[in-house]
Amino acid sequence: MDRRKGERKELISLLQETQTELGYLPKGAMQEIACFLGIKAVEVWGVATFYNQFRLVPLGKHPVKVCMGTACHLARGRLILEALERELDIKVGETAEDGNFSLERVACIGCCMLAPVVVIGDRIHPKMTPFKVEEALIPYKILTKQAS
Amino acid sequence: MIKKQYSLTVCQGTGCISGGAEDIFSSLEDEIDRLNLGEGIRIKRTGCHGFCQRGPLVVVDPETSSGLFYSKVAPGDVSDIIQSFLPGGKPVERLFYRDPASSKPIPNYHDIPFYRKQERIVLRNCGHIDPEDIDDYLATGGYQALRKALFEMTPEQIIAEVKQSGLRGLGGAGFPAGRKWEATFRAGGNEKYVICNADEGDPGAFQDRSVLEADPHSVLEGMVIAGYAVGARRGFIYVRAEYPLAVKRLRIAITQARDKGFLGRDILGSGFGFDIEIFRGAGAFVCGESTALVLSIEGKRGMPKPLPRPRTAEVGLWGKPTLLNNVKTFANIPLIIVRGSEWFASRGTETSKGTAIFSLTGKVANCGLIEVPMGTRLREIIFDIGGGVPGGKAFKAVQTGGPSGGCIPASLLDMPVDFDSLTAAGSMMGSGGMVVMDEDTCMVDVARYFLDFTQRESCGQCIPCRVGTKQMFSVLDDITTGQGRPEDIDLLLELGESVAGTSLCALGQTAPNPVLTTIRYFRDEYEAHIHEKRCPAGVCQALVSKTPSLSKREGEGDK
Ligand SMILES: Cc1cc2nc3c(=O)[nH]c(=O)nc-3n(C[C@H](O)[C@H](O)[C@H](O)COP(=O)(O)O)c2cc1C
Ligand code: FES
Repeated sequence: MDRRKGERKELISLLQETQTELGYLPKGAMQEIACFLGIKAVEVWGVATFYNQFRLVPLGKHPVKVCMGTACHLARGRLILEALERELDIKVGETAEDGNFSLERVACIGCCMLAPVVVIGDRIHPKMTPFKVEEALIPYKILTKQAS
Repeated sequence: MIKKQYSLTVCQGTGCISGGAEDIFSSLEDEIDRLNLGEGIRIKRTGCHGFCQRGPLVVVDPETSSGLFYSKVAPGDVSDIIQSFLPGGKPVERLFYRDPASSKPIPNYHDIPFYRKQERIVLRNCGHIDPEDIDDYLATGGYQALRKALFEMTPEQIIAEVKQSGLRGLGGAGFPAGRKWEATFRAGGNEKYVICNADEGDPGAFQDRSVLEADPHSVLEGMVIAGYAVGARRGFIYVRAEYPLAVKRLRIAITQARDKGFLGRDILGSGFGFDIEIFRGAGAFVCGESTALVLSIEGKRGMPKPLPRPRTAEVGLWGKPTLLNNVKTFANIPLIIVRGSEWFASRGTETSKGTAIFSLTGKVANCGLIEVPMGTRLREIIFDIGGGVPGGKAFKAVQTGGPSGGCIPASLLDMPVDFDSLTAAGSMMGSGGMVVMDEDTCMVDVARYFLDFTQRESCGQCIPCRVGTKQMFSVLDDITTGQGRPEDIDLLLELGESVAGTSLCALGQTAPNPVLTTIRYFRDEYEAHIHEKRCPAGVCQALVSKTPSLSKREGEGDK
């Protein structure tokens, strides 16, 4: 917050930076931001819950996003979502207990000609099939094994 | 060693990068170094060509009539591509684009029907220049419009030019750009703002992203000219959360433009100052709406302001007059200034001038980003440029305008595409999504999909939208799961009318369009679901036992 002026318009970018750093928005951090900007904590909370991007629970180490945009829907994105739920053993919107993976739905990442699309970490995986979902997850699963 | 000078462009759009285009670029560079060919082969990164489906793309000599187009390039192809430039080398035929119908290879970039039938104005530089190098933009005549505007034109003259061009906003509603500029110009006060709407919330549209990634300076240039014309000194670009690459390229572009004096306190010594900040959206469809977007930049919840309300042009960001336009609207401006309004207005129809840009996706052979003169027929777009429906399937409908738009049936394929004809068909231009649907698409499922989207994204402040869209969704959900009742179609029509008529903002007012158009043009599909408990396309899983097997389609994504 050092670089900040404490203006109201910085709220969303402060929340974005906090989330990038911590992976989610803990209560304490939101209170701190409220103090810093001189606004009520409930106002910060209201903004944080309004926008889809913000999470009040931690994301997984490897966040997985499934596109549910129009093109991906037509390309049976729902099957991909179901495959991911099976593979990761969590439901959409959840984070696995060990904190390694989380699963979210997003509406279009702008790669519709490569539908259906999944994003794992920062990487976009085009033209997915339920089988390719398994394949795409392998490197991440190896990483988490090595880490533990 | 190489006689001729070759230029090699490697697409680095989001689509091609997801296919490994970054590795291909560095392998090509390494190979050129290894063979010491740096003198003969110039290699550069470009933004999106629009044909991402065939990516990663490498184009040889794109500016010449003999330019070669290599598609689906893999790291293993790199050495063959470089060898082809050596004496006796031959083009790498296996990478040629093949016509989907005849399988005939089409080596030449400019012969590919996908490109040949387009007219690229807003996308003029996309795929041709390096978006991270301002010199490349300058070499194509970049920032000449700004010079002309600042030194040869008054704000009034600029506004008159934009008005005469007939340019209509490309963010959805098609409001005449010149009138908006004039209103902001006339609004009092010496503090004004310019905002570029790059929220692109329509799921299934990606043209704003592509323009920002491939040609960010044309948008910046348009914004500075707008600032000078309306009397603003600060600009904001509101970029959608899911577009990290666009943000990165914009940042680079803004820094370079400042270094060269196209942005900052005293632009090119004219005494006019203007600077631009990026604001990253946080994922809310409704924030694409102008008043919600303004609130969002102020750091608040993005809820559209109820009518009657003052226009954003008069009372906008922090209560000051604000000019808000879409990415593509701004990208048109430099050309209108340099080439004149007459040149611009020579394309298009009576009421819609210039070009339309669509993200062509779904069940169509050539997916990608396309630009055509307003008034081009749907059939030309889908069959000539798009190459028709793949796999011998029958065309069923095309959806335009995203969640605010509707589905247009085969019987209207000869319709010219512009703002007004799309609206007349019950759809919208919207932000330019164009999703093709074939016989395997269930129209009730499509309607359910869009209502699911809008009921999630409704900001919740007005009841017709919040409750009405939920009700419509649950009726549609019943129909697709085999619990539809005979009166449901009438119920949907009634709900649709009341949501459209009484919602506070355009999100709710247009939300019923996907349902109303699918009932209007595909009523038989609704009836099959309700009366026969059958999904003719075989999509709705609960009804699928009565329809052709689903299993054979599961692997479809492989293609
Ligand atoms: C729910 C909703 C979402 C919208 N989303 C966008 C968007 O993503 N991008 C955009 O440019 N305009 C969007 N608009 C239209 C804007 O309100 C506004 O008309 C437009 O940005 C003005 O720019 P233009 O005159 O250049 O078209 C949206 C409108 C509504 C009601
Ligand atoms: S619909 Fe999935 S990327 Fe656009």
